[in-house]
Amino acid sequence: MSEQFDIVKLIFGRLTLESIPYHDPIILGTFLVAATLGLALVVAISRAGMWSYLWNEWFTSIDHKRIGVMYIVLAFVMLLRGFADAIMMRIQQAIAFGDSTGYLPPHHYDQIFTAHGVIMIFFVAMPFVVGLMNYIVPLQIGARDVAFPFLNNFSFWMTAAGAVLIMASLFVGEFAMSGWLAYPPLTGILQSPGVGVDYYIWSLQIAGVGTLLSGVNFVVTIVKMRAPGMTMMKMPVFTWTALCTNVLIVAAFPVLTAVLALLSLDRYMDFNFFTNDLGGNAMMYVNLIWIWGHPEVYILILPIFGVFSEIVATYSGKRLFGYSSMVYATVVITILSYMVWLHHFFTMGSGATVNSFFGITTMIISIPTGAKVFNWLFTMYRGRIQFDLPMMWTVAFMVTFVIGGMTGVLLAVPPADFVLHNSLFLIAHFHNVIIGGVVFGVFAAIAYWHPKITGYKLDPFWGKISFWCWVVGFYLAFMPLYVLGLMGVTRRMSQFDDPSLQIWFQIALVGAVLIGVGIVTGLYQYYASWRKRDELRDETGDPWNGRTLEWSTSSPPPQYNFAFTPKVYDNDAWWHMKANGFKRPTTGFRAIHMPKNTAAGMVISGISAVVGFALIWHMWLIAGVSFVGLILATIIHTFNYKRDYYIPHEEVAAVEAKRGEVTA
Amino acid sequence: MMFRPKTLKSLFLLVLAAAMLSGCDMVVMSPSGDIASQQADLIVWSTILMLLIVVPVIALTLWFAWRYRASNKEATYSPDWDHSTRLELVIWAAPLAIIIALGALTWVSTHQLDPYRPLSRVDEGKPIPEGVEPLVVEVVAMDWKWLFFYPEYDMAVVNELAAPLDRPITFKITSTTMMNAFYIPALAGQIYAMGGMETKLHAVINEVGVYDGFSSNYSGHGFNGMRFKFHGMTEADFDQWRAKVKAEGESLSYGVYKELEKPSEYNPVHYYNNVMPGLYEKIFNRCVDPGQLCMKDMMKGHKGHQMMGHGEHAGHEQAAMPAGDHHGH
Repeated sequence: MSEQFDIVKLIFGRLTLESIPYHDPIILGTFLVAATLGLALVVAISRAGMWSYLWNEWFTSIDHKRIGVMYIVLAFVMLLRGFADAIMMRIQQAIAFGDSTGYLPPHHYDQIFTAHGVIMIFFVAMPFVVGLMNYIVPLQIGARDVAFPFLNNFSFWMTAAGAVLIMASLFVGEFAMSGWLAYPPLTGILQSPGVGVDYYIWSLQIAGVGTLLSGVNFVVTIVKMRAPGMTMMKMPVFTWTALCTNVLIVAAFPVLTAVLALLSLDRYMDFNFFTNDLGGNAMMYVNLIWIWGHPEVYILILPIFGVFSEIVATYSGKRLFGYSSMVYATVVITILSYMVWLHHFFTMGSGATVNSFFGITTMIISIPTGAKVFNWLFTMYRGRIQFDLPMMWTVAFMVTFVIGGMTGVLLAVPPADFVLHNSLFLIAHFHNVIIGGVVFGVFAAIAYWHPKITGYKLDPFWGKISFWCWVVGFYLAFMPLYVLGLMGVTRRMSQFDDPSLQIWFQIALVGAVLIGVGIVTGLYQYYASWRKRDELRDETGDPWNGRTLEWSTSSPPPQYNFAFTPKVYDNDAWWHMKANGFKRPTTGFRAIHMPKNTAAGMVISGISAVVGFALIWHMWLIAGVSFVGLILATIIHTFNYKRDYYIPHEEVAAVEAKRGEVTA
Repeated sequence: MMFRPKTLKSLFLLVLAAAMLSGCDMVVMSPSGDIASQQADLIVWSTILMLLIVVPVIALTLWFAWRYRASNKEATYSPDWDHSTRLELVIWAAPLAIIIALGALTWVSTHQLDPYRPLSRVDEGKPIPEGVEPLVVEVVAMDWKWLFFYPEYDMAVVNELAAPLDRPITFKITSTTMMNAFYIPALAGQIYAMGGMETKLHAVINEVGVYDGFSSNYSGHGFNGMRFKFHGMTEADFDQWRAKVKAEGESLSYGVYKELEKPSEYNPVHYYNNVMPGLYEKIFNRCVDPGQLCMKDMMKGHKGHQMMGHGEHAGHEQAAMPAGDHHGH
């Protein structure tokens, strides 16, 4: 009897039927909806006979363009999950007053705010930004792919594996109830013995491997694979910001990996790095996680600064004002972003000198950032501004981000932070910069590069509706939070006593609903545009009279991007080529050496997800076996010598001739 | 197109104005303690300083967006103009100037309003009266309630705090397990409460009233209920309150404390007297149970030589407490 019990335990660890929260109607309902939609999707794909297409052209693809799109699709899927969490919190806080405890008990509410933060940062903002860099950077520097194409595919699938684990926590077990940075001692084994924190650790560890490798990949790509003539100071600004962001990734993500590894040692092997007793100290965790965490916000925003730089110049029909000052500002921000982490915990009791040092370094960041805003302003100055959707997002960004920047600098004044820290004012501030900066920027970027990616423009009607819902929704949802912060309301509360607060939460809920409409109409925009794709089609490859090399290719670009590597003379390379009467070559094509698709990325990441799941549930047998499988799969992959092939020159010539016909 | 950016801004202004006018109680901006008042003033001054640059930037953004719209053929168009040394100087110098001013303000105010710094006044233009010693309150964040020791009066209170007007208060703050933050917005800024460590806060209350206090750092399941009332009282009322605590209080022995230490939520106010000797010290040195080695004594073996000298000083130093090292004296 007891022997049998042990075998069950060896296989299933602490996973029992009871771990599945079927008794919670909200989760059960969510599961049913998700399962139905998932099944419908599977059926639809099967009936359309699309599996082999998806497998061959997408899942196993190592084309940076395909991978970029997959990142963005992943981000949209996770955005829906993250937003569902957001609206649930908003409803809870709008109704849980006085005697009403709302509809979410703390056990559920605390998981939701943790999941919301983790998902929005790691699985929405990051994949959006990485996806954009994936698609655009090689095109902007005149390269045919990234430096390590297989690694790129593997990075994507590791990110997806992390996302799968975090989604699994919804239906199997629970997620962390700790806040998005999982501070110990709350996340220590004594205070959080459940699987929630382990889900947190392993989903981030697995996704983190993907992010780190992708960072390495892009640093190498940008440093080594630029077209001839493209010196560092002739790189497009988006590529510059991508370079800085990936340097930040390479430098910062190992810190996250290390600190989460230390936390797992505490949890799995009774170490005492961050415990209250036996010499442990949680302050070490808080410092380490923010040494990663602060650069992380610049990892998100820097490429977006690049996006806006491209858009402002293009739609103003003008060269970017102050290119070199833009580059220096980016580099200065990159360096300074490592010197400010302590501003996230002025209230931990450091001395006045330490606090003022970190407060002032934080403020110094606003100088290059301010310079950037001025540069965009003076790019608009004496331009001919076309207010297409990307430019609308840009103006909304400039106004919104400046406000968010101001409240951020205010929070950098330590004595002011003492009264505003952890309040809803702080929540309002970082949503102000993340939504007003990163999210607006991502939508601007998608609208801007959509014709490049798909071959047709976006339908502006639905795009503008989505834009207005987002912008107005943002202000309605977050300005009340500034007010609530000044009323002394702290974050992560699931219930309130003071009835005078309720109206502000209700306004915020209206804003959140409006953002929801913005998301839905935004998604509908993609569908509506696809329906009207023939009308909206762009044959030129250069619908906005662009300035950088990606606009010199067809839309979408051929698999090999460039039949001939372009030669660069100016930082607006394509603008310069057009001005000097560039003629597309029609002869002399040669075979092109390309990397070959592989399923290895998917396989290895899939096994990693199994390892993670087994470790979360203490399924030691499965963990051991799958870990060995992981190593074996990696070794087997190294024996795959069929990694490349040539596109014959006839095929290149045919593709290019066809392009000649449509543009002629 | 013309109304779009304006709508944005007017919306923002509207929300702010509504907030000001609706008479909602912005306790952070109009507090009742001298420290919090100075912090509120700092918020106002910093904001004004930044608005000097933020308002023109927003105005210019909207103006340029309007002025240089493609349909306005009258506006100058210079597609190749991309550099001006003079403008670049302004672009970098203007934010720099603001940050120099704000940085100076930050340096001075951070030192002045350092929570570890004993007060030098009880209110604007009101020095500390001769012979007035600060009221010491030892604060323990527990799962999930607050325990306040009044060592001077040998009493302790759960989830209620009181202090007489215009008498400096010295809070010594620790935690039994989770990291919390001790925050009374009307009184002064928050500071973390952490296990095995002690943080400090100096503050003073200037107006009679009942104020909200709570934990402002999420600490798990019962976090929501870690709220208490802070009473600012006249000297006479405070004495009365003290007498009440003493009279109604239960003796806080080892057994009673162990019972209290167990996790509980939404605890009602409870009074204690006859506090077990050195209980706060033991909590923060993690040696409440008999036979446990106190952290301050653990330190002796390791760094007694270089840090604390020998014997007599060790007891005064705060053990394992990087946060307090430079403040302890």
